[in-house]
Amino acid sequence: MRFRARLRIYCATGVAAAGRMGCGLTRMRILIIEDDAEAAAFLAKGLKECGFAVDHAANGPDGLHLATTEPYGAMIVDRMLPGMDGLHIVELLRKEGNATPVLILSAMDGVDERVKGLRAGGDDYLTKPYAFSELHARLEALLRRGRSAPAETTLRVGDLALDLLSRSVTRAGRPIDLLPREFQILEFLMRHSGQVVTRTMLLEQVWNYHFDPKTGVIDVQISRLRQKLDKDFDKPMLQTVRGAGYCLRAPD
Amino acid sequence: MPQIRLLRTSTFRYAVLYMAVFGLSVCGLLGFVYWSTVGVIEAQSDATIEAEITGLEERYRARGLFGLVEVIRARSTDEVSERGIYLLTDPLMNPLAGNLTRWPDEARGDPRWVDFRIQHADPPGAPQIARARTFALQGGFHLLVGRDMTERAEFRDTMFDALIWALAITAALGLGGGLLLSRNFLHRLDAINEGSQAILHGDLTQRMPVSGSGDEYDRLAQNLNEMLDQISRLMEGMRGVANDIAHDLRSPISRLRSRLEVTLMDEADPAKYRAALEKTIEEADAVLETFNALLAIALAESGALRKSFERLDLGALVGDAAELYQAAAEELGQKLDVSVAGTPAAMGDRNLLSQSIANLLDNALKHTPAGGAIRLAARTDMDGRAEIVVSDTGPGIPPEERTRVLERFARLDNSRSTRGSGLGLSQVAATARLHDADLTLEDACPGLRVLLRFPAPRPA
Repeated sequence: MRFRARLRIYCATGVAAAGRMGCGLTRMRILIIEDDAEAAAFLAKGLKECGFAVDHAANGPDGLHLATTEPYGAMIVDRMLPGMDGLHIVELLRKEGNATPVLILSAMDGVDERVKGLRAGGDDYLTKPYAFSELHARLEALLRRGRSAPAETTLRVGDLALDLLSRSVTRAGRPIDLLPREFQILEFLMRHSGQVVTRTMLLEQVWNYHFDPKTGVIDVQISRLRQKLDKDFDKPMLQTVRGAGYCLRAPD
Repeated sequence: MPQIRLLRTSTFRYAVLYMAVFGLSVCGLLGFVYWSTVGVIEAQSDATIEAEITGLEERYRARGLFGLVEVIRARSTDEVSERGIYLLTDPLMNPLAGNLTRWPDEARGDPRWVDFRIQHADPPGAPQIARARTFALQGGFHLLVGRDMTERAEFRDTMFDALIWALAITAALGLGGGLLLSRNFLHRLDAINEGSQAILHGDLTQRMPVSGSGDEYDRLAQNLNEMLDQISRLMEGMRGVANDIAHDLRSPISRLRSRLEVTLMDEADPAKYRAALEKTIEEADAVLETFNALLAIALAESGALRKSFERLDLGALVGDAAELYQAAAEELGQKLDVSVAGTPAAMGDRNLLSQSIANLLDNALKHTPAGGAIRLAARTDMDGRAEIVVSDTGPGIPPEERTRVLERFARLDNSRSTRGSGLGLSQVAATARLHDADLTLEDACPGLRVLLRFPAPRPA
């Protein structure tokens, strides 16, 4: 299947890393609460291709039941469900002390809607229609967030080190001079090393922009950053994942 | 029934209420005047009576009963003391001297102050009112010294008449004025009501009549008219959006559909299918981009975000955007200069304004040739108004085209081929309107200068 082939491009990074880390463990379980059967089927298929085990609930009560009785690595919750607002499910779960990362899907755009979603306890908010690559990258980021150690002062990926206190970057001991924004971009990429980071994620996290400027601007930023990072080294660390985003990883 | 309608207007009710309050205060005022005046009159007559009594007493002491009779006779006939009342009687109450024919019944008994009525037989008329003091003299004689108090009664009657008249006039003026005012107001309101009825029935071009006097009804009518203008602008906008969607979304969607159809007609070839699907996703993305831009404009135009406005540091906003575009400009061989002067700040929506700045920079980058310069500035002008300026050294926009490019989907003919939804400047225009900011396009000689001037900040 071509779909499968396309997905492999997206899945190549995140789950491969997860696979390496989690050998012997069962596959990460994801719960999808979405009433649109076809959309849910596409999503489930895509996530399975990426190595997740997927459960699907087509309405709020079923979803809430599954979410409270089964252990999940993350949940993808549609906002408009028959009989129950998706946000309400998240609120109920959080009230019960359930801390499973939640990605909220919604056809409702706008910063205020996003704020509403995050306030209800969602960890990320994605507007429909979305690219699967975007959803996958964000899901990986959510899963990573649960695992990362909180108080680090130095981030390391391979021979690249970023000191959060002195705000300096070195690769193999050699200092790399970065502009403030480049530093922020690199910090975000390093916190999500081995995962695909999309342009939208960068715009949201580094600029707090919730709109899409001309896509080219981020590409140029990244290619500058890549030049500074990889210029004197044989093995590039910062890669562009075609049609999805960027990925920073230690050279093999 | 226009009369009944007139009586049911709130103006008329207010007029009646006002009239009642006014009437009460007239009563109160006249009552007070009466009460204090009567008090003065009584005190005066009592004083006069006391003075008479003192005079009579002296005479009585000096010359006995005989002298008293003499004085009383003299005074009773004296023209000057016409109002004085005297009567001296023997122990059997037979009059000896004085100008009363008989001892009043009210004054029988112990000596004291007494009010009584005198009925004259000649000429017959209304009974006179009098006030007097009685004494018992040695030997059983009785003396009454008093004054005619008709004056007080007359004054009371006058006051009462005045009160009645004042009330009547107040009522007449109040009712008449109320009716007149109501009719006038009703007339003005009816004009506005008729206007709104016409609008309710579908004639959206109808406006409220403005008399030109600049009074509160004119202001009401003007506000309503402005509201109606705004509504029709929004409706036109919606019609415009509908047309725009038909225009700019229908064609790419039908292109997309044809491509899929044609691909299906061909032999099943995975490579071809793949290419077609990839192209389809690309086109779907472009459609979404246009759609999102339209939504952003609609959101800005709805004004719904105004309630969540916050105080924004425009310098920081401009700096953020510059940091995003700097590298891209350098790649294109352009120079992007950023300057922030002072601390320009405005109330606004961060996301929409950032998007506007990004759109302006997008345009500038697109139209400026290599080697050109783009300037982005945030500053405060002399009136304290914050400004954002974006200028480039591109071809600029001819003056006659400057209004049109702010409309939706406007693209200059020579830029038809370049990519873009053509909604960038419309988004800026809609955002400017949302922020009550003035958007001006100027000649930067050469190039285009876009000036976004925010309203003066309200004094804190």
